[in-house]
Amino acid sequence: MKNLLIATVMALLGTYAQAAPLHIVACEPEWGALAQELAGDKATIYTATNALQDPHHIQARPSLIAAVRNASLLVCTGAELETGWLPVLQRQSGNPAVQVGQPGYFEAAAYVRKLEIPTRLDRADGDVHAAGNPHIQTDPRNIALVADALAKRLSALDAANAAFYAARYADFSTRWQAAQLRWEKAAAPLRGTPIVVQHKAFPYLQDWLGLKEVATLEPKPGVEPSSAYLAEVLARLQATPARLIIRAAYNDGRPSEWLAQRARIPALALPFTVGGNDRAKDLFGLFDDTVAQLVQAAK
Amino acid sequence: MFRHTTIALAVLASSAAPMSAMAADSSDLQQIRQEIDQLRQGYEARIRELESRLQQAEKNADQARQTAVSTAEKVAASPVVAAPSAPAANGFNPDISLILSGQYANLSKDPEKWKMSNFIPGGDEIGPGKRGFNLGESELGFSASVDQLFRGQLTLSVTGDNSIEAEEGFVQSTSLPAGFQTTAGRFFSGIGYLNSQHSHTWDFVDAPLAYQAFLGGQFKQDGVQMKWVAPTSTFVELGADLGAGENFPGSTRNKNGAGATALFAHVGGDVGASHSWRAGAGWLRTAPRDRSYDAEDLAGNTVTNSFSGTSRLWLLDGVWKWAPNGNGERINLKLQGEYFRRHENGELAYDTASQNLTDSYRSAQSGWYLQSVFQFMPRWRVGARYDQLSPGRVDYASNEAYFVNTGYKPTRSTLMLDWSPSEFSRIRLQYAQDKAREGVRDDQIYLQYQMSLGAHGAHSF
Repeated sequence: MKNLLIATVMALLGTYAQAAPLHIVACEPEWGALAQELAGDKATIYTATNALQDPHHIQARPSLIAAVRNASLLVCTGAELETGWLPVLQRQSGNPAVQVGQPGYFEAAAYVRKLEIPTRLDRADGDVHAAGNPHIQTDPRNIALVADALAKRLSALDAANAAFYAARYADFSTRWQAAQLRWEKAAAPLRGTPIVVQHKAFPYLQDWLGLKEVATLEPKPGVEPSSAYLAEVLARLQATPARLIIRAAYNDGRPSEWLAQRARIPALALPFTVGGNDRAKDLFGLFDDTVAQLVQAAK
Repeated sequence: MFRHTTIALAVLASSAAPMSAMAADSSDLQQIRQEIDQLRQGYEARIRELESRLQQAEKNADQARQTAVSTAEKVAASPVVAAPSAPAANGFNPDISLILSGQYANLSKDPEKWKMSNFIPGGDEIGPGKRGFNLGESELGFSASVDQLFRGQLTLSVTGDNSIEAEEGFVQSTSLPAGFQTTAGRFFSGIGYLNSQHSHTWDFVDAPLAYQAFLGGQFKQDGVQMKWVAPTSTFVELGADLGAGENFPGSTRNKNGAGATALFAHVGGDVGASHSWRAGAGWLRTAPRDRSYDAEDLAGNTVTNSFSGTSRLWLLDGVWKWAPNGNGERINLKLQGEYFRRHENGELAYDTASQNLTDSYRSAQSGWYLQSVFQFMPRWRVGARYDQLSPGRVDYASNEAYFVNTGYKPTRSTLMLDWSPSEFSRIRLQYAQDKAREGVRDDQIYLQYQMSLGAHGAHSF
């Protein structure tokens, strides 16, 4: 019995005791993928959510508390995206290294210019974020800014491997710039395309590609579309037609499909983050697929 | 200024040089030459001056470009933070959150006479509540970091009958190493599953019968807590509370030492992306002195009895949640249950006001509940709960003649339906068939609202 207990404890500890110096917990898949690009095998990477989950609404599950307990770096979006669950994880994990303000807590949204910063804060306006729209990962220029800052943070936390991270960053940056040019060239015809979005999740994508949002399916951010409101949107589309409806992979598909049928325009489920569909296997695949879907549908 | 001086010097030099260097052929010619020289030298001086200014300007532009580049690098590397618009002093104000709740209750039997047959009542804050319209508990919470070592939280509860109590008020360490965390003040004990959660996060209007029978609704005390999260990939949490134990099943004590000790352990994890679970065990020991309660004697008159001794409670708790791919937006399911077993050992005084007959008292009683809540479409949930208590064995010694343990098991069956227009508001309809009283069926209908304002509270699993 005693031996069994010891064996169990060793097995549990064994899963934790790994060689890599950095234990990164990424709140969202895009940051997990970015950490993977920059840190390679110098870090273990645990991604707290998957692309089919709404990062606003995540349960502060025991498995996540355990992961945060063992983390040396939390890479999250910030801008209040994780406000409903991350504070619980930080509090209950008993891990001082990853508390807000510590080097072990990295907030990606702090390194980019944010859009849709509300001029008034009132919950009557729905699920608004005081710091601005948190879905920054839909613009590759933001990924580049975050990559730069994250590479520096990795070097600061693990100075022994600073040169390694710098080299990985330089390599990533070169590939990313080339890819960005490719995407921009491919997406050039999209400029000015009127679109409908399900949730206000794409302002950065719209800003990057010059898409024009003419309607949202949610009456207020975070409020589920009702059939009455959808009918209203449909009526509005008669006056200001749109070419596409887009939603994130984790959104319920029914509202946009409903509207797509009646307005006779395509509805796209964009991957939104890494893992959002089979093609979005990494950050490059994420934008390859996003741009390809948009271009294809807007033809 | 510099430019004017240069021009003046140039003019002076040009007017002086020709006079000393050459002889004049004629005074007119000399004057013309002088004027031309003056002009030429003046222009040359101005060209030189302009050239130097151009160089300077180029240098400045270059520097500016470099500064811009390095600033851009700095901007990229350092957070882009908007300047706080609030006055600095207010910027440090704690997060404030407010929970408002109220209900309408339709109870078929008089709630004043509610009891759990064969059980000593668990304190004063139990039962189905008042009939009709009631303002529920309004909770006002403040929380913030204290400094680099602590955070603090105060939750005031304003009850419908105009009393304010400190529901919780504690400070908590944020920087202990190795997964340790300590809390001091007044807080809900870590035992069980529902106990440490605020009542507004519960899935039903009221606490399970077992919580009412064994923990007086919800157990909190003034004391200290130490918790440790193991460095494992499976969630393992161990904790201990040491406190005054002033609330049921304890009692107020005039004592320096601790009146209550609680130990708890929780483990949890995921099974795939869709399932998650947590299970736990807890132990609570209290040592009440003169814990008095009102009861009916065999003739139906109210008498006051009192218990002194030790009370030991074992708890087992488990919760399992399911959501497709871990995305509970559309549908999700939650199943939870807890089991309680209590041993009390000591002396019971019967009718302390007049007869005051004291003899030994031993009891071993248990209870459990099982509940499930299913979100069947966005915003809408249904739930069902079943409660049961087992009166077990009670040994009243020589006082036996005054008590009857009929062996009746109090039960309750509950159904609820709730609607949450947003994550900040909820309206709930609940129906319960309460058979806590032997031979009495109480149909209880509640319509309740619960809303939260202010700081976005994060909820535990």
